[in-house]
Amino acid sequence: MNQMPELKPDLREKIGIRALKFFYGENLALKSINLPLYRNKVTAFIGPSGCGKSTLLRVLNRMYELYPNQRAEGEVLLDGANILDAGQDLNLLRARVGMVFQKPTPFPMTIYDNIAFGIRLYEKLPKSEMDDRVEKALKGAALWNEVSDKLNVSGLSLSGGQQQRLCIARTVAIRPEVILFDEPCSALDPISTAKIEELIDELTEDYTIAIVTHNMQQAARVSAFTAFMYLGELVEFEETSKVFTSPREKRTQDYVTGRFG
Amino acid sequence: MNGSLYGGRSRSNAIVMGLCYAATAFGLSFLALILATLLWRGLAGLNLAVFTQMTPPPGGSGGLLNAIMGSLLMTILAVLIGTPLGMLAGTYMAEYGRFSRLATIVRFINDILLSAPSIVVGLFVYEIVVAPIGHFSAIAGVVALAILVVPVVVRTTEDMLLLVPTSLREAAAALGMPRSHVILRIAYKAARAGLITGVLLAIARVSGETAPLLFTSLNNQFWSTDLNAPMSSLPIVIFQFALSPYADWQQLAWTGAMLITVAVLALSIAARWLGTSRTTT
Repeated sequence: MNQMPELKPDLREKIGIRALKFFYGENLALKSINLPLYRNKVTAFIGPSGCGKSTLLRVLNRMYELYPNQRAEGEVLLDGANILDAGQDLNLLRARVGMVFQKPTPFPMTIYDNIAFGIRLYEKLPKSEMDDRVEKALKGAALWNEVSDKLNVSGLSLSGGQQQRLCIARTVAIRPEVILFDEPCSALDPISTAKIEELIDELTEDYTIAIVTHNMQQAARVSAFTAFMYLGELVEFEETSKVFTSPREKRTQDYVTGRFG
Repeated sequence: MNGSLYGGRSRSNAIVMGLCYAATAFGLSFLALILATLLWRGLAGLNLAVFTQMTPPPGGSGGLLNAIMGSLLMTILAVLIGTPLGMLAGTYMAEYGRFSRLATIVRFINDILLSAPSIVVGLFVYEIVVAPIGHFSAIAGVVALAILVVPVVVRTTEDMLLLVPTSLREAAAALGMPRSHVILRIAYKAARAGLITGVLLAIARVSGETAPLLFTSLNNQFWSTDLNAPMSSLPIVIFQFALSPYADWQQLAWTGAMLITVAVLALSIAARWLGTSRTTT
């Protein structure tokens, strides 16, 4: 599927991926991807390991720039402006496009500071306003009730699921426009997973979301759109219900029914 | 299950275990012996005079005050000079130059410097500092010790920063944090205990060094804080007094040796303690 999927007229495109190629050194990892991410919708990237779904996610905030010999070609339009332009400020981009990782990564500081830290990068707030923002972020990540009485203990002392919600709170706190989730539940138990999925659903009110997941039930549960990728190609992009019930491509059907991958 | 195979394996396991225990006991017993002797002989001469009086002339009685002061002063200055240099180099290697050729070369050279005999460093500083100035001086001693501090700190800084998970750096970068912030506020913070341990180990390393001081700060029988003059230090005084025929001097050498050992031991324990108990805060 190398041409652009037809845009849904009733939805607005937040991120437009156009003819995107990605290279690890000489290795072509993404072969001309065309894909829209719709505003206030969750788009899930599914596919077997090594298909390029995480790579694609890491292009959207240019995380790959941390490493040498990785480069992207093509266009990624965020509200119409190409973020792959050389002039794009990476830090400002990442403030607009937040990311939550597979493994929870709280910073080695208190719960409060874990959240205030990111805010302080871009805003200078008086203490009371900062307190409000921290509280709001923790509430937004459904963590407030569990930590409100211990904001000054280390973020590392929380459980895995709580740590992951802390990371989501931290991301939400700097008010991005898009949030990228890279297998956010793969290290968590089912209860924590359910909480995070519920949270992702609530976040669509304010944010555009992309999620990479190995768990097809999860993709089916949380996303409005699903992109199935295979060997660096986008095989199918459709409304999630269609991908899982009546996929257009044989490969998609085989994958979602568990026949390979 | 094959009984004879399994039996053979348990037997060799028992033998190797036994050898390991024996080797450990062998090594530890020497360490214990050295410590016990030092404490035994050193404590015998420990009194207030050791900390209040200067090193005595042959046959006289006195203390180690000038030597203790000299050792403290030169070690502190050397660490103050060597630590920033070492941390900057280590930070470059772990953070900026991780994938670069330069870092590989620097790491190789640093490892050579790390294992270079300290007497070579002493001779080198003699050539570049003592000879041009024309006389021995505490400055030369400080330079020699600083040169020994740098590779230790470079190594521990790099190692400790490399232990900070990449995921933490990515998470920080994903918030739009500039690189300098990621390093100073996240990586340093996560590696703090290890970084401090590195500096403490460097102090422990240089505080007992004798060879590099022989050619540089030499010795001084009197109280002197003049950096441009020879300065006394514990290792040199121990070296000189231990070889002397005078009983008083020999006793002071034992006491001095005990003081250094106890100080280094205390630093090492502090380093261990910092390395384990403070990592989560």
